[in-house]
Amino acid sequence: MSRTHVSCNINGEDVEFLTADASSLLDALRNELGLIGAKEGCGTGDCGSCSVLLDGRLVCSCLVMAPEAEGRDVVTIEGLAEGDHLHPLQKTFLEGAALQCGICTPGFLLAAKALLDANPNPTETEIRYGLAGNLCRCTGYDKIVKAVQEASVELRGA
Amino acid sequence: MKYASPTTVDEARSLLADNPGSRVFAGATDLVPQMRSGRPEPSVLVDLKRIDRLMAVNHHDGRWVIGAATPTSTLTHNPEFVAMFPGIAEGAGLIGSDQIQNRSSLGGNLCNGSPAADSVPAMIASGARVVVASADGERTVPVADIVTGPGQTSLAAGEFLIEFEIDDAPAGTSDAYLRVTPRTEMDIAVVGAAARLTLDGDTITDACVVLGAVAPTTVRVPAAEAALVGSVLSDEVLETVAASASAAANPIDDKRGTVQYRTQVAGVLAKRAVALAAQRAGNGG
Amino acid sequence: MTATENPTGYKWIGTRPVRHDGYEKVVGKARFAADLDLTGQLYTAYVRSPHAHARVLSIDTAAAEAMPGVKAIVTGADFPDLDPLDPNYDVSINVMARGTALYHGHAIAAVAALTKAEARAAAAAVAVSYDVLPAVLTIDEAMAEGAPLANEENYQKFAPPGDPTNISTHTPLERGDAAEALAGADIVIEREFDAAHVHQGYIEPHACVVDAGLDGKANVWCSSQGHFMIRAVTAGILGRETSRIKVTPAEIGGGFGGKTTVYLEPVALLLSEKSGRPVKSVMTREEVLRATGPAPGCKMRVKIGATKDGELVALDAWMAYSLGAFGDFAGMVGAMSVASYKFPNLKLEAWGVLTNTPKTAAYRAPSAPHAAFAIESVIDEIAIELDMDPIDLRLKNAAVEGDLTAMGMPHPRIGFVECLEALKASPHYQSPVPEGASRGVAAGFWFNIGEQSSATVNLNEDGTATVLTGSPDIGGSRASMALMTAEELGIDVYAITPVVADTEAVGFTDVTEGSRATFATGKAVVEACRELIGELKIRAATIHGVEPDQVEWIDGAAHVEGKDPLSLAQITEQAKRTGGPLTATASLNAAGAGPSFAVHCADVTVDEETGQVTIIRYTAVQDAGTAIHPSYVEGQMQGGSVQGIGWALNEEYIYNADGVMQNAGFLDYRIPVASDIPMIETIIVEVPNPSHPYGVRGVGETGIVPPMGTLGNAIRRATGVRMTSMPMSPPKVLARLSENN
Repeated sequence: MSRTHVSCNINGEDVEFLTADASSLLDALRNELGLIGAKEGCGTGDCGSCSVLLDGRLVCSCLVMAPEAEGRDVVTIEGLAEGDHLHPLQKTFLEGAALQCGICTPGFLLAAKALLDANPNPTETEIRYGLAGNLCRCTGYDKIVKAVQEASVELRGA
Repeated sequence: MKYASPTTVDEARSLLADNPGSRVFAGATDLVPQMRSGRPEPSVLVDLKRIDRLMAVNHHDGRWVIGAATPTSTLTHNPEFVAMFPGIAEGAGLIGSDQIQNRSSLGGNLCNGSPAADSVPAMIASGARVVVASADGERTVPVADIVTGPGQTSLAAGEFLIEFEIDDAPAGTSDAYLRVTPRTEMDIAVVGAAARLTLDGDTITDACVVLGAVAPTTVRVPAAEAALVGSVLSDEVLETVAASASAAANPIDDKRGTVQYRTQVAGVLAKRAVALAAQRAGNGG
Repeated sequence: MTATENPTGYKWIGTRPVRHDGYEKVVGKARFAADLDLTGQLYTAYVRSPHAHARVLSIDTAAAEAMPGVKAIVTGADFPDLDPLDPNYDVSINVMARGTALYHGHAIAAVAALTKAEARAAAAAVAVSYDVLPAVLTIDEAMAEGAPLANEENYQKFAPPGDPTNISTHTPLERGDAAEALAGADIVIEREFDAAHVHQGYIEPHACVVDAGLDGKANVWCSSQGHFMIRAVTAGILGRETSRIKVTPAEIGGGFGGKTTVYLEPVALLLSEKSGRPVKSVMTREEVLRATGPAPGCKMRVKIGATKDGELVALDAWMAYSLGAFGDFAGMVGAMSVASYKFPNLKLEAWGVLTNTPKTAAYRAPSAPHAAFAIESVIDEIAIELDMDPIDLRLKNAAVEGDLTAMGMPHPRIGFVECLEALKASPHYQSPVPEGASRGVAAGFWFNIGEQSSATVNLNEDGTATVLTGSPDIGGSRASMALMTAEELGIDVYAITPVVADTEAVGFTDVTEGSRATFATGKAVVEACRELIGELKIRAATIHGVEPDQVEWIDGAAHVEGKDPLSLAQITEQAKRTGGPLTATASLNAAGAGPSFAVHCADVTVDEETGQVTIIRYTAVQDAGTAIHPSYVEGQMQGGSVQGIGWALNEEYIYNADGVMQNAGFLDYRIPVASDIPMIETIIVEVPNPSHPYGVRGVGETGIVPPMGTLGNAIRRATGVRMTSMPMSPPKVLARLSENN
């Protein structure tokens, strides 16, 4: 089995790891780096539970080959809060009960962050399409959409 | 399986030549699911995304040149491109979620060989060409000539796509792409239809209608085009377009749709895509 | 929005605190089943049947065993043979086939190896030879005269033993004379319905880690709807003593009924024993869809008669549920779920039917959505025919306390009428139907159940409380337990730590099903708290030197006339000198789970050229009894609604002629995405359940029952065509429209 040594930046820290060439970035994050926040819900890019930011762009880490991370910046859910300060999205998700089982939550938070980074004042429809790559089976999306709306107001006001 | 990330076309060409069973990839959005479903792993997986030329988008000398591995979100976030080719942008923008859009590419969407590929019908309607890296150089071929059947292409072993070329749309020209899927997102076209029209006043002077997901490859609808060229858009003309599109469809029953449904809806979408393209062309293209 | 009949005055009940487990879930630290790892663990891969029905002639594992990294392989031969009457017999065969593969994807063997890739390679090298048997795939095929058997070992479990059959249950229910009433009715509507299998679609695939020690004790970490169930069924399948297995619950990433049974744990336990190493087993999404419980498909004929004034006089229904290759109660439960209306005459015949498809499992109000789809559709036809408002027709016939259920028992206090009235008065129903849209209404209900629960409440020396229960938190139940504890003890909700405890740290607790956690486990928590308050009064009496009956517990403090109140913290501080630690445990077998009713309303548009249905507005009304944490009650209503919408419009198992599922992934098994759905407006109705200290009714399941009828009725009113087949997907809608033209 071929292995590759990868140097990259994860959540603001320079990191090195050794990965099987055939490994996905998701597996490398979870198994080599102990970052379990990204989840495998499908392994085919259809549920968004493994969403991370790769050089600032939202991707499914299950569809990224681990060696691709060489020299890149990766942000996972573990890097969303700044020190002790939860990101406004994390706060509005908690306060608005926008999670039930919580397995999809890390992916939604990163997708919502990517959405608000690109479009600070999205309409409900834009939020819904922006989050369409993330499946949630518990909430019916209602409270998730509202939490993103709340965070958008807070972020714009800040 | 080994991973390689060449930085030049030549390097990629050599890797492919030297490693039987190797394969190129861009976004891996089709590749990874295929490997998971049991398709044999390539010997070397050649990542094309570190080759600048395959990641560039340029507009000069009356044409767009789009790197074959460029994420489709780069294209759909380019206002100038979207204004000139709203139909190609619509198709490229439907390939999947934002997560997928940040990885999927025109090259991958084409070479995957799916008759349902969303970006392909509108590219064909605009006469897009593709530059192929072959063993001894480069050749340029129409996009329409790449896919020969489901999952099959005319590319020889070791060949890969470098970039797409699309000539600027003439005055009075615009395009549209519509598809039907059960969900609003995260779905594969059950039927897709692209149309590109050129108007002189109210009269259609040029037309191209291309269907997706209703035959082993995309299908042009010459009868619809013939009915459009020289006429002013009317309900009657649109009905002819619809009937011609339904007649041109040669679909199968599968998990995504039935023969009856695809045949019927091919007509509906062709008609709607033509009407939308005409409206856009009439607004100045 | 809440329509309330509830006495106010609670301090904590009905508030919306941030859930106690929320922080870990928004920062990515919460550990779900696949997030646990043990040093030296092996990974598994399964060999699964490529045939829907086949005799397994031989399994040759020699080549696989010799492959790199392979440490153990198990097949059906490694499992003890259970008595066919053993309650775990079917599930035992479902987790690993014994001689016959009963559906495509049925487990034949499992490999444990050092890496996932090695396990997969070895699984591919296990040589299995099959003798393919005829597969029975549909209800019609299964019930046809002379049909091949889907499972040669199936006997009708609830009837005298006889020849093997494709029938699992047959439930005839009758009261009055339906035939005569129908003959005398002013109007009779009859329709035939069918529905495909659908999956619960939890985002977390099944996963576990098992470490079996040489001492015969096994540790299991997994996510499920009930870790005591995992322990009991795993022990039962393997013939072990229950107490030799310890199950520690991980966070559960969705269940909806689908995690009320066992798939991986017994297999992983055997692999761990054989290899002497911990074994981690995680299903792929494809395995989840091919080999874990979908909900049944169905076929139904429903005939309802009414007077011209809209009084429903009789229901005659024939209903059959396709269960997969093993029998269960789905048919019977389907018949029982027909109880929303006062039908004076009733003739029901329900069947559970075996097919060579995956063993079905519970899915949110199991069996009820199918029946409600059929009945609510026919009732809507009657409303249209009589030109009556669909809510008024339902109000006229809605069951109230004392009316008989289908089983002939009187309903307790229920809130169906209140739900209908709340919808009628709602902003949604009061608004005009938007131009180009149409509006549908339908109702549904679910019994809810009680069952066994335990809770331990420990008061800590700093005046805080730790609440241990055995109910996994599948949607905010920790917050509910904390709220009830706060209300009882009178301390801040954040002074309470709710814990989902393992099988060795809390008393036996049944699986979380039937919307029972807040009801039954909550009741145990309340009982434990009340016992503690008694003890707190004794301690306060000791401190003050008075009799306990002179002490009153008010708002978190002991009050004695003429003395300063003693707070809970002041008492726990002095626990050592007043009698030791303060702790109480309650266990119960809860009765009196109140049925919960719901009524939904949807405005839809239909593209008549493509058959696409778009929901532009949706309102769900439901009786929660008392909403402990209204946000999570709303969440249950909204989540149930959207699952029902997916079921109604697009979700289905698509099998080919050989019984192979064609859409075993989240791309083509189409659960709704955010852009498919509008906001789900909620109206919580509160008709307290007299059998719960705070009036709680389970709220988890009912929300999935009305959406199918609601959408079918809206489509009918938009297009004139009655959709009778689920899912009501664009091709089916367009086909019906084309037939109609």
